[in-house]
Amino acid sequence: MNMLKPVLASMLLIASSVFAFAASEDDYKAAYAAAEAANKEAAALRNQWTTTAATLAAAKKSAEAGDFDKATAAAKEAEALAKASSFQATSEKTRWKDMEIR
Amino acid sequence: MRLTSAIPFASAALALAALTFAAPAPAADTVDPVKDAKAFQKFFTDKFPKVKLEDFVNGPYSMNEDLHKQWEEKEQFPPYEFSLEMGKEMFSKPFKNGKSYEDCFPNKGVGIRQNYPYFDEKEGKVVTLELALNRCREANGEPAFSYVKDEMAALTAYMAFTSRGKPMDIKIPSDPRALEAYEKGKEYFYTRRGQLNFSCATCHVQSPGERIRAEVLAPALGILNAMPIYRSEWSGMGTISRRFTSCNSQIRGVPLKPQDDEYRNLEYYLSYVSNGLPISGPGARP
Repeated sequence: MNMLKPVLASMLLIASSVFAFAASEDDYKAAYAAAEAANKEAAALRNQWTTTAATLAAAKKSAEAGDFDKATAAAKEAEALAKASSFQATSEKTRWKDMEIR
Repeated sequence: MRLTSAIPFASAALALAALTFAAPAPAADTVDPVKDAKAFQKFFTDKFPKVKLEDFVNGPYSMNEDLHKQWEEKEQFPPYEFSLEMGKEMFSKPFKNGKSYEDCFPNKGVGIRQNYPYFDEKEGKVVTLELALNRCREANGEPAFSYVKDEMAALTAYMAFTSRGKPMDIKIPSDPRALEAYEKGKEYFYTRRGQLNFSCATCHVQSPGERIRAEVLAPALGILNAMPIYRSEWSGMGTISRRFTSCNSQIRGVPLKPQDDEYRNLEYYLSYVSNGLPISGPGARP
């Protein structure tokens, strides 16, 4: 029995992770809305990335095909990209001077 | 979390960490365009001691002897010739109201390219040649042209041709808004953007003469003096607006609209620091 314990525990863990991360349409919608909001922030900073738009489009396409796992993952990736572009714009407000010819 | 979705997060986190721990910026100092232009030109002449100051306007063709030979051969049958002819014809053709471009510009538009862009104190903004051309059209009841190619490239090609050899002569009037526009243009030039985290300076200050894939990067000094250009890569002519927007796309940044304030300021800065170098447009590039 003692030998079976880790096996059972692993099976439970795998089973729970599968159930926990299977994305629904609602998950996708929430992830997409968050990504869009982050990209709007980047737009306000005049610093959107083309890859954010492309990843958002890929998320939409997967959702339309009914693959919400893939769609949610893409939307989360788009959000990460949008946030990185906003971070870049903010940090460059002062960092650009490092490169200036003096 | 799945591995596929974990990878982008991890890479984004790493990128953010790299940006966070990078060197801090030096303190801000006063804006001195004259000093800037001197330092800018010295940087390039020190970096390329064999290239004459006036030759920087030939972009990648100034970077080594082989490329220079290519440029000389290209100039025998320049690919921008059709556009130049078209621009000349368009320039003299009257609008429907009987007026023409000549009525919108000093000296009837001939030999004035070197004075653009200028700071319009009435408007409080930079006015580029492309913008002035479209404003001229609209003021005379004609629709505006696309800023990036074809007709706009043809018109600016002709105007540049009439200024060939004249030194770039951009003025910064004693108006704090003009100085601000210049400084904002400088900021844009050195600001990293796009997913590739490149600024204009990454390619055109840090790496001129180097290859980026099959292309030889042009020095920033005199880069606008040759505009508009025929680019083999584009299979056609392109304006300054086209150059700016396509540079942004290439580094995976969403380009702004042509003639947005940022691009107007950038053109102002980049032209000012090339003051004294001859107008060589229209040009041809690989």
